Amino acid sequence: MFGRLKQMLIKEFIQVLRDKRTRVILIVPPILQMLIFGYAATYEIRHVPTVVLDLDHSQESRDLISRFTSSPYFTVEQQLTDSRQIRDQIDSGDATVGLEIDAGFAEKLRSGQTAPLQVIVDATNSNTALIASSYVTQIALGFAQDAQQDRIDRIAPQLVTQMPSVVLDQRPWYNPNLSSRWFFVPGVIGTLTVVLVITLTAFAVVREREIGTLEQIMVTPIRPVEFILGKTLPAFLIGLLDVSLIAVVGTFWFQVPFRGHLSVLFTGAVLFLLCMLGVGLLISTISSTQQQAMVTAFFFIMPAIVFSGFGFPIATMPPWLQYCTYLSPLRYFLIVLRGTYLKGVGMDILWPQMAAMGGLGVGLLTIAILRFHKALD
Amino acid sequence: MSLTRLLAVATKEVVQILRDTRSLIIVVVMPVTLMLLFGYGVSLDLKHLPVVVWNQDGSQQSQDLVKRFQSNQYFQITGVVDRYSKVTRALDSGNAKMGLVIPWNFSQRLSQGGPVGVQALIDGTDDNTANVLIGYTQAVVQSYSSQIQLDWLERHGQSIPPGAVNVQTRTWYNENLESSAFIIPGVLALVMSVIGAFLTSLTIAREWERGTMEQLISTPVTAMEIMIGKLTPYFVIGMFDVGICALIAIQWFKVPFRGSLLTLAVSSALFLIVVLSLGFFISVLAKNQFAASQIALITTFLPAFLLSGFLFSIDQMPVVLQWITRILPARYYVSVLKKIFLKGTPTVMLSADLVPLAAFTLLLAIVATRSFHKQLE
Repeated sequence: MFGRLKQMLIKEFIQVLRDKRTRVILIVPPILQMLIFGYAATYEIRHVPTVVLDLDHSQESRDLISRFTSSPYFTVEQQLTDSRQIRDQIDSGDATVGLEIDAGFAEKLRSGQTAPLQVIVDATNSNTALIASSYVTQIALGFAQDAQQDRIDRIAPQLVTQMPSVVLDQRPWYNPNLSSRWFFVPGVIGTLTVVLVITLTAFAVVREREIGTLEQIMVTPIRPVEFILGKTLPAFLIGLLDVSLIAVVGTFWFQVPFRGHLSVLFTGAVLFLLCMLGVGLLISTISSTQQQAMVTAFFFIMPAIVFSGFGFPIATMPPWLQYCTYLSPLRYFLIVLRGTYLKGVGMDILWPQMAAMGGLGVGLLTIAILRFHKALD
Repeated sequence: MSLTRLLAVATKEVVQILRDTRSLIIVVVMPVTLMLLFGYGVSLDLKHLPVVVWNQDGSQQSQDLVKRFQSNQYFQITGVVDRYSKVTRALDSGNAKMGLVIPWNFSQRLSQGGPVGVQALIDGTDDNTANVLIGYTQAVVQSYSSQIQLDWLERHGQSIPPGAVNVQTRTWYNENLESSAFIIPGVLALVMSVIGAFLTSLTIAREWERGTMEQLISTPVTAMEIMIGKLTPYFVIGMFDVGICALIAIQWFKVPFRGSLLTLAVSSALFLIVVLSLGFFISVLAKNQFAASQIALITTFLPAFLLSGFLFSIDQMPVVLQWITRILPARYYVSVLKKIFLKGTPTVMLSADLVPLAAFTLLLAIVATRSFHKQLE
């Protein structure tokens, strides 16, 4: 058995690595994608173009505006003179946020009334809008708080030092600078593995079927198990190698910390690769041409990524869809990736994910192998 | 160029598509799947974020603060713990996104006066969720602090009117800040990238791989006829899919459509020609289905997903990447889509997007034809 398997493996490796184009494709696109993802994928908001219309021209209104000017989140590009200009600026997309301070702002504030701050946000990108308006509120609240403090200071200076207040001491763990890159880079490792390993496995088998060499192989003494192993082992090894390569590039290039144990990450990667091989093999049993395989793979890959929590929080999905996410192996691998990279947690926390991937992997592979046998008969 | 020969090539392609049931299913099912996937699965509207509370104090005042979190729709208190290690574990395992720690001397310190700190330990892995969480937490704590101060001043015989800033935010174009309205128009670009580049590059690469392209070339059919004949059926399919997607977006997901249908059709046709030409070009270059599919993924789907402004704002990317997006047709198409769906920008004002898109269409059509000609010589 080992002799035949060895021959099969040699053939497979030659087939994959013979073609220079395929060699390049196994290395360059994953790295390229890692770099593009690392730079492009960000939900962070900096320098949101902002226009200001100050109709009050008071000390207070200028103070409020200066808080926006000095904030890293907003870039105050223009001070306007007319409220129609806000509409124009936002319509044309030159500004994302428009602030309008009406006449009487300071007056109201001094007399203890509620002074309105009108904010107009371009919500074409709902996420930017949501976060930008949350920053606006934070700045305005801070301003109001200080204004109140000032008033108390004027009316009853003797009391200020004794006055109680509650301050928030916020500590973002795992990712103290709240960098999107730290969030996305570990995730990209998982996502790229999905695409690569599934297509590699599915294509390896389907290509033989399409060119007609599958029949030739089947008339040789090779047994189905050996054939399957011969097809999946190279994909597994290449997959593992690619994961490591992407992980090294992502980690060092983007300086993402790795706080856990490599052994935990590799255990997760191996279990995850089992799932991917199962899926790839399964796709190969239901496709007779490479085009069908590619498209079927696409049908699996897209939901697997969307349901994984890679870029879109699972918690915001409708409940019925949240149950679907349990079927995506990537969901578990991402928790392992982010857990080992950012949180530095070990098996005591990650065992449910490992168990889920192991279960899914064995299940998928069993179905795939059973179907494969049937397809050969 | 002969119309009969062109028709013959097109007919052959149509027969081939019709015969391959899976391809046929794909062209109808895939757009619908992608629309539903992104429409339901991708949402960044965070609510009910799981929080664990470690209230060391247990006094009336600390209970009041906890109640404010309880009654806030953005938080959901999932656990009350009595030890630091339990907070750590909740965050490590991802069961809670935030741990709120109220110190044991909270009420005592409040009665003594001066600032009292409340700790918010936040899972920063997902920076976007963390940012939103911090914003909401700050708002709760600040409003609580203001209330405490006013009560205190009143007890000390100072009635200082509250005086606050009321932030009145209006979100334009996407009034309810629906993620779906922001995401769904861009899905059209994804669908067309897949149909255009994936399907075509694979189909034509298959002809090369099997050697049937040589057979076709040896007939009197000219290069131009082959190209147009092969691409026309896919163009029709693509336009059909645009129709389906637009219908689902408007009728099912209730995404507002405020622009002109004609502009949607014209810009979609332009973008479709871009991706079809690109797919054709790739197949000429790669001639191998695995390579073609991977190159198509990198050059069409990935830019449409990552660098087009579909999900991640272009103006938040590094400057170099922002320049790169300018040479990507997907960027202009997504921009047009968002503007005609949400903003209702008149067509005249879309020239900044439509002109480059048209230029790319012309350029890629020429490049594809040239490369094919060269290949034949």
